[in-house]
Amino acid sequence: MSLRADNRTLTYGEAVFEATRSEMARDPSVFVMGQGVDDARGMFGTTLGLHKEFGSERSFDVPLAEDAMTGVGIGAALMGMRPIQVHQRMDFVLLCMNQIVNMASKMSYMFSGAHKVPLVIRAIIGRSWGQGAQHSQAFHSYFMHIPGLRVVAPTTPHDAKGCLIQAIRDDNPVIMIEHRMLHNVKGVVPPESYEIAYGKARVLSPGKDITIVGISHMALECVRAKHLLEDAGIDAEVIDPVSLSPLDISTIAASVERTGRLLVVDTGWLSCGASSEILSETFERIGERRHFVAKRLGYLPTPCPTTKILENLYYPSPQSIAQATYRLVRGENATAWQPGKVDSAEVAEFRGPF
Amino acid sequence: MEERTNSPAARLYRSMYLIRRVEEEIIRLYPTDKIKSPVHLSIGQEAVSAAVCDHLEKSDVLFGTYRGHALYLAKGGDVPRMMAELYGKVDGCARGKAGSMHLVDPSVNMMGTSAVVATGISNAVGAALALKMQKSKAIVVCFFGEGATDEGAWHESMNFASLRKLPILFVCENNFYAIYSHVKDRLAGPGLQARSNAYGIPAELVEDHEPMKLHERAGAAVAAVRRGDGPRFLECMTYRWRDHVGPGEDRVHKYRPDEELNAKIEGDNLKIVGDLLSADQRKSIEAAEEKRVADAIAFAEASTFPEDQEVYDHVFAG
Repeated sequence: MSLRADNRTLTYGEAVFEATRSEMARDPSVFVMGQGVDDARGMFGTTLGLHKEFGSERSFDVPLAEDAMTGVGIGAALMGMRPIQVHQRMDFVLLCMNQIVNMASKMSYMFSGAHKVPLVIRAIIGRSWGQGAQHSQAFHSYFMHIPGLRVVAPTTPHDAKGCLIQAIRDDNPVIMIEHRMLHNVKGVVPPESYEIAYGKARVLSPGKDITIVGISHMALECVRAKHLLEDAGIDAEVIDPVSLSPLDISTIAASVERTGRLLVVDTGWLSCGASSEILSETFERIGERRHFVAKRLGYLPTPCPTTKILENLYYPSPQSIAQATYRLVRGENATAWQPGKVDSAEVAEFRGPF
Repeated sequence: MEERTNSPAARLYRSMYLIRRVEEEIIRLYPTDKIKSPVHLSIGQEAVSAAVCDHLEKSDVLFGTYRGHALYLAKGGDVPRMMAELYGKVDGCARGKAGSMHLVDPSVNMMGTSAVVATGISNAVGAALALKMQKSKAIVVCFFGEGATDEGAWHESMNFASLRKLPILFVCENNFYAIYSHVKDRLAGPGLQARSNAYGIPAELVEDHEPMKLHERAGAAVAAVRRGDGPRFLECMTYRWRDHVGPGEDRVHKYRPDEELNAKIEGDNLKIVGDLLSADQRKSIEAAEEKRVADAIAFAEASTFPEDQEVYDHVFAG
């Protein structure tokens, strides 16, 4: 993240709002649709009041009909509009899968360029304070599987703004993954308009001993783990892929080539997940010439339990990430090491309700 | 859709004759295996596409289904490029990537057809939303079979179209069968008009074998939508003569009575419309359309297959 002279800070949610608002002002074909986008909460503030500023034609509530509403967005996009669809929880995006997979991501190809679908779908992953099995799921790997679809999962407010602007201006369907735990996290966000290019990972913190790739909210936890690891004399490099499809394997592989170690920490399950993809692509890229050790961390292979005491076990934490890193660097037979304590304030303080 | 200097019957006959002959040629060519693609023929159902599309302008936007040859042709889609598409050739309307199930011709706003039942309906509603936002005078027409009304997507789409009073005409081609499953085994309650009315969308049913009445009622529905009255629903009773998919007959499967099919073939809409014209009129239309069909096949035959590198083209736009 580039530090600027003015050093203005915004929350992630404010950065998403600013990107949306400035694009709506710039281009009259941009509009927002989704359940509750024009209500008093305004999608956690990310769409708050846009209907007053731009009119209810350009920011409007929709029926609880995810399937058809996705199709409506696609149809409007086919006619030259640029809809932004918002889902409070990614779990509900499962109801949109037919339209996303069979239509939005195939139209350019199926009709050999006769059509384009400039559609943005914002999908928010929930966590903590009792979200439970159906308000916490992360399906980014489902979308990474589909040709014709771009998937971005920015971690910083800076990248959230730039990714969303890029997505809105793109002539293709884009899924933007937002983690609810990130919405109140602050960071430097330049006031002017800028785009974050697809397929460019961001080295959040350089290091020489191990490459840690953290996806979405987990990138933040990985940076915390890095600080814990300093106590054990381990210097970890933390990489945020930012863009999941396309993936910037070059940056990740170049780092692993230097460190010889790779830990991928996903905001999601491991099986057939983004972590599997990152690991296998890295191996294909450098495996013949560089031996490296690797491990993946992610959600436990269970649905998400609601009660806090079990939920704590379900997610990787800075401690578990640091511990896994320590073993990977020092080997299984190394002297035991206990990482210190660190607060993940955005998780600890979250009271939702959503 | 053509210059409206001829009588409605002459226009309908021309359109229906073209559809019938294109599909008869597909049946003739199919055993050669030059058309390596499933085909869902409209023979028997030509009147619906022809009657509705006769009222449309080029700027009006059309969404349809995998049983879409009739619609594509009735909207004025390019015939040689359709045939080349069926052949999988590079001069096809989608350079061979679409085949029979996804015909598209943006030059006449034929938006492309979908093979997943009911999936294009909400796209049509979204296009209507865009036209309204853009203050366009054009309307959207959305074709689907009665099978699509089983899907939740149809209900969600009807509701939203009515809620936003969108410029869209829903045309249901009710041919009784979803593959071999009869509508009476799938539909509860008093029928599709009642369902449409429940969403606040005025509905009308037109029986089969009344092509000129269908033409007149379609005209009224299109006019209402164009006036800004909001969505309309037209249930067109019709009948597919051939198998659900493929060029053949399907009597062997015994899912529908022979007498039912025989009566439909007996009451051929193409003949009904043709009988309204003089023999000379018919002959002149037929000669012109025969030439178009022959030229289209020759065009497809002469076209080449796409180069290997095209497999990667257009995954993304731009």
